[in-house]
Amino acid sequence: MRRCPRTLPAALLAALLILLAPSGPGMPGAGTTSASAATAEPGSLLPRIERQVMCVSCKIPLDVAESPQADREKAYIASLIGQGESEPQIKRALVAQYGPTVLGLPRAHGFGLAVYLVPIAVVLALLGLLALLLPRWRREARSRAAAASPRPALDSSDAARLDADLARFD
Amino acid sequence: MRRRVIPIFASLAGACLVGLLIYGVSAQSASRTLDQQVAEGRYPQAPEANHRLPVLAGSGAISLASFRGRVVVLNFWASWCEPCQVEAPLLEHTQTQLERHDGTVLGVTYLDASPDSLGFVRRYHLTYPNLRDNDGGDFAHSYGTDQLPETFIINRQGRITAISRGEVDQAFLNRAITLAQSS
Repeated sequence: MRRCPRTLPAALLAALLILLAPSGPGMPGAGTTSASAATAEPGSLLPRIERQVMCVSCKIPLDVAESPQADREKAYIASLIGQGESEPQIKRALVAQYGPTVLGLPRAHGFGLAVYLVPIAVVLALLGLLALLLPRWRREARSRAAAASPRPALDSSDAARLDADLARFD
Repeated sequence: MRRRVIPIFASLAGACLVGLLIYGVSAQSASRTLDQQVAEGRYPQAPEANHRLPVLAGSGAISLASFRGRVVVLNFWASWCEPCQVEAPLLEHTQTQLERHDGTVLGVTYLDASPDSLGFVRRYHLTYPNLRDNDGGDFAHSYGTDQLPETFIINRQGRITAISRGEVDQAFLNRAITLAQSS
């Protein structure tokens, strides 16, 4: 039983797009600060930072964490906002106090490297798979098209007439 | 044969990912190697003894190695940890006894903001030195620390002789005092 060749490329492309799309508090794209974000109201700063950093003891995003440590971390962020610190300054202060794990970014050494390398390896594997399968799909599509439209055979009277017409041009 | 290459490759890739996941889970969980060695009577060297940590109240950084030759009660704590609040007076009392015999309690704050830690030190009138493990808990992780409080008794040779993963009691701390008095 063969897999439908038309749906597989679309599935591979969708998987590729999902892998490349940043999401969640731990992904680098989620932690970046846009120009509009940097100038946001102080009231909205606390929930936004809470969404972007981790509760370091419970290892979940701070905005959903409920623990004594999470409460202290939230209070610390609120105190920094009260002092007029900007979002990047607050994040630097959090890293200085709790270490880089507070940003939820995996470390770029040891096992943490896998988080960066595995998606690249998967994308490369998918590209390799596409390079392998696409020529095969093309060949199959061509042969199917050829099989679907066979050359009509001439009956004997048409063949005789064609021969006569061609003889006239000789 | 060529048709089999892709399923084989996909299976291998899947197995690699599952293996990576298993390794990741096991690597992230706290190590209990020290506990096992202490339980077997093989007193391991205190890990990361030369790792310099910033002093909580003040400037500069010191390492555990600078306490070599003294009995050290190494205590990991945080201001938000309720058992740490309960044991703080006990540790301070132990400090006064250890000081007389060239020993010390050494506090290391873990996952705690320094203003909160300093407030804790003031509230419980702690006189023993306290350091900050502020680089993501690398020092604490080398001791298998993932919960607070955790306390390690380190002898004059820099070897761990007892471990308490949880709130300490007077009986546990007496071991450190006896060690300091006898050696």
